[in-house]
Amino acid sequence: MVAFVISRLLQALPVLLVVALISFALFTFVGDPVAAMLSQDASAADRENLVRLLGLDQPWYVQFWKFISNAVQGEFGLSYRLSRPVSSLIAERAPATLELAFCAAAMTLCIGVPLGIFTGIYKDSWISRLLLTVSLVGVSLPIFVLGMLLILVFAVQLGWLPSFGRGETVQIGWWSSGLLTASGLKALILPAITLAVFQLTLITRLVRAEMLEVLRTDYIKFARARGLSNRSINFGHALKNTLVPVITIAGLQLGGIIAFAIVTETVFQWPGMGFLFIQSVGAADIPVMAAYLLLISLVFVVINLAVDLLYYAVDPRLRAQR
Amino acid sequence: MNRVARFLDSDLFWSFRTSPMAVASALVALVCILGAVLAPWLAPHNVLDLASVDLMDAFKPPFTEAGWTLGSDDQGRDVLSAIMFGGRTSLLVGICAVLFSTVVGVTLGLTAGYLGGTVDALLMRMADVQLTFPAFLVALLVDGIARAALPQEVHERIALGVVVFAIGISTWPQIARTVRGSTLVERNKEYVLAARVIGLTNLRIMATHVLPNVLGPVLVIATLNLGLAIITEATLSFLGVGVPPTQPSLGTLIRIGNDFLMSGEWWIAIFPGLALVAMVLSVNLLGDWLRDALNPRLR
Amino acid sequence: MLLEVKDLRVEFPTRRGVLTALNGVSFSIAPGEVLGVVGESGAGKSMTGAAIIGLLEPPGRIAGGEILLEGRRIDNLPLAEMRKIRGKRIGAIFQDPLTTLNPLYTIGRQLVETMQAHLPLSDAEARQRAIGWLEQVGIPAAAQRIDAYPHQFSGGMRQRVVIALALCAEPQLIVADEPTTALDVSIQAQIIALLKRLAREQRTAIMLVTHDMGVIAETADRVAVMYAGRIIEIGPVRQVVRHAQHPYTAGLMASIPPLDRKVERLAQIDGSMPRLNAIPPGCPFSPRCPHVFERCRVSRPELMPAGATDAACWLHDQPGASA
Repeated sequence: MVAFVISRLLQALPVLLVVALISFALFTFVGDPVAAMLSQDASAADRENLVRLLGLDQPWYVQFWKFISNAVQGEFGLSYRLSRPVSSLIAERAPATLELAFCAAAMTLCIGVPLGIFTGIYKDSWISRLLLTVSLVGVSLPIFVLGMLLILVFAVQLGWLPSFGRGETVQIGWWSSGLLTASGLKALILPAITLAVFQLTLITRLVRAEMLEVLRTDYIKFARARGLSNRSINFGHALKNTLVPVITIAGLQLGGIIAFAIVTETVFQWPGMGFLFIQSVGAADIPVMAAYLLLISLVFVVINLAVDLLYYAVDPRLRAQR
Repeated sequence: MNRVARFLDSDLFWSFRTSPMAVASALVALVCILGAVLAPWLAPHNVLDLASVDLMDAFKPPFTEAGWTLGSDDQGRDVLSAIMFGGRTSLLVGICAVLFSTVVGVTLGLTAGYLGGTVDALLMRMADVQLTFPAFLVALLVDGIARAALPQEVHERIALGVVVFAIGISTWPQIARTVRGSTLVERNKEYVLAARVIGLTNLRIMATHVLPNVLGPVLVIATLNLGLAIITEATLSFLGVGVPPTQPSLGTLIRIGNDFLMSGEWWIAIFPGLALVAMVLSVNLLGDWLRDALNPRLR
Repeated sequence: MLLEVKDLRVEFPTRRGVLTALNGVSFSIAPGEVLGVVGESGAGKSMTGAAIIGLLEPPGRIAGGEILLEGRRIDNLPLAEMRKIRGKRIGAIFQDPLTTLNPLYTIGRQLVETMQAHLPLSDAEARQRAIGWLEQVGIPAAAQRIDAYPHQFSGGMRQRVVIALALCAEPQLIVADEPTTALDVSIQAQIIALLKRLAREQRTAIMLVTHDMGVIAETADRVAVMYAGRIIEIGPVRQVVRHAQHPYTAGLMASIPPLDRKVERLAQIDGSMPRLNAIPPGCPFSPRCPHVFERCRVSRPELMPAGATDAACWLHDQPGASA
């Protein structure tokens, strides 16, 4: 078990290293941090001082090492655009993104997986066919179009829900939560639905496909030939075997939710990390981009590790190998 | 039987003919493609020609004036014409991106599967690293990095190519993996061994013997990827990092219209949005049908 | 009779019309009897087995005829009723033991759930019996191995587990579809011997589907030979092997190398079995038959007494003739 975790962590290391290298390259070779930090009328001596201060005269591997050790401590320097420490910018915005992503992920998994199982087992019923057709509309609906339609109907026409922002938030330590106030919850509804629908319909389709795949296997046929009940075949044998691929899919969906949070946050002007990131891309604010990049790859590595651990719990064949 | 007659008699065409959904989506896709391709000749107004745009025509509501069926935007551009020209850009970027990723994916997948060993390990490890991240994020990052790294005037000149590259590169691992999988199966079949015994070169064997046998699944993925590529392009443009404003796509139009959503001029954003959904939906329906038709087992 | 199949017809609707996969198949199995079913692949032998346990792959369907178990029709039962027959009255063994066991459940759990689906057993009793069954089929250290997963067994051992699963609810009939084809040659004999011994001990009848005449000759009491969706000869195994009455069966037997003498060249049957959409009128074997005559091409022979067996061949409709 411990060996398994360690081996997986070692496999994740190259991913993080590649991302760190990209971030570092961005930092070092793209744009001109010195020009960005100096005023227009700085002298050549000022410039040289700053270069030495920032360590830009060192060989690249020394700089890279410094970059990594700073990153590990959460130190990414100042934002070019806002002239504030990147770490505090991100800490301010992280709760908004995490709360949004969590709600969307909960909706996706709690609705999408059961729907996928249902449409897989009862593949010929009219409800399944209807759900499947609707789901195809869902995966063809770009997130921002859905967000706009929801805003048009529920904010502009009906005036029930706010169209932007987080509403009132409550400060708990450094975490600002919108889940504890009525206006915060109301503000969360539209963005969470917008973010969830695409992933939800996708996961329904993928789980259904896996379920159909498993239901065609010999061991399911053999289970029928043994006279087991439909219930125990569908919800025992088939479901458990579907679980392995579904865990992978769910992991991928979580990643997708984090990526598409960028779009949702832009549509609803949600003050999260994604919105910050897209503003930084527009302004070539490289420290923020680099920090976001590293942070998000850390999140993906953790998700992948969780997926592997769940595999390990579900599939005895994996346990036997170690 | 000649080729056309054989195609009309094939199982594939039969399954197409008997699926109303497939026929309907093919028709919608055809309308979208024709509207986009023939935009310069069919569109009521040339929205790319700034001289013909008049601010006096701004904010016409839809269905009120002949020649302005879907209304006009804040600059006085006809929304229907803008959609046709925008669809042209969307379709162009989407198709180019899919072609790019398919060529890259098939080439690398074939190479990895056929050669095996270190090359295979290296390529698949690269694919693994990239697959850690969602495709959309990869496209966004590649586009964002190019934007930051290239001097502005260079970037503006090649912006369309950058978007195609960003979207194309974000989906190659999936295709490469599929092709590699099929190649591994085909490689050990007798006919490939036989071709090797006759002394055909690896390149020749890959191109003439292995490639045709892995194209079926690739076709399905490519069709479904087209829908995804169009969505990705629209999303990037909506975020303001995709195609340049001089060549607006559907995503750009929606981004512009989004500013007027709250003030009541909903048509500026909603009609391009619906056009986008119709285009993607018809492509996805076709892809879905194609997958079922090529794997009757899956139905 | 334990099982009677009367004039069974199985059809597959396709876009180019309905294919008839089984046509007029009739036979019966007595309690404790081993009936071998042989034929080339595609002759319909596996499909006959699938039809009996009610697990035809859609869109295949039974379009005519009857299947009776102890005189009661089972081909048109509702699913819930059929479920009580599967496992409990008719067991099944599939071809590939590597894919017939659920990889995520221990073999003990799979045995216990099968028994508890059909017999009123407590958990402890069922587990005790499961260990007993594993011992019966020759799994060493059964009491320990019961909690192992399928992947921890070899192919031959897994097929033993599958046999235990087929037998554990004590059915009267087992449909064994190519039970040894996927196994190593050295293990095939063991599995066949095991099947034979258990069938005798439990008084279980077996319908043994295989293309291996050697297995049939060694195991079966009677044998049915199938060709293009029909039974073309059926009779006691000795008679069919030694004195085949249908030209196809005769050709099949001649193509098996004899062990007791040296032959220059094995016989072969020219041509191949017709596809289901191109079965000729009259006798389906007529295009390949060395003894073909006019009648064979126009009307289809039914099974008729021929020597010690029944054969579907017009040669036996003429006084004094033989193949």
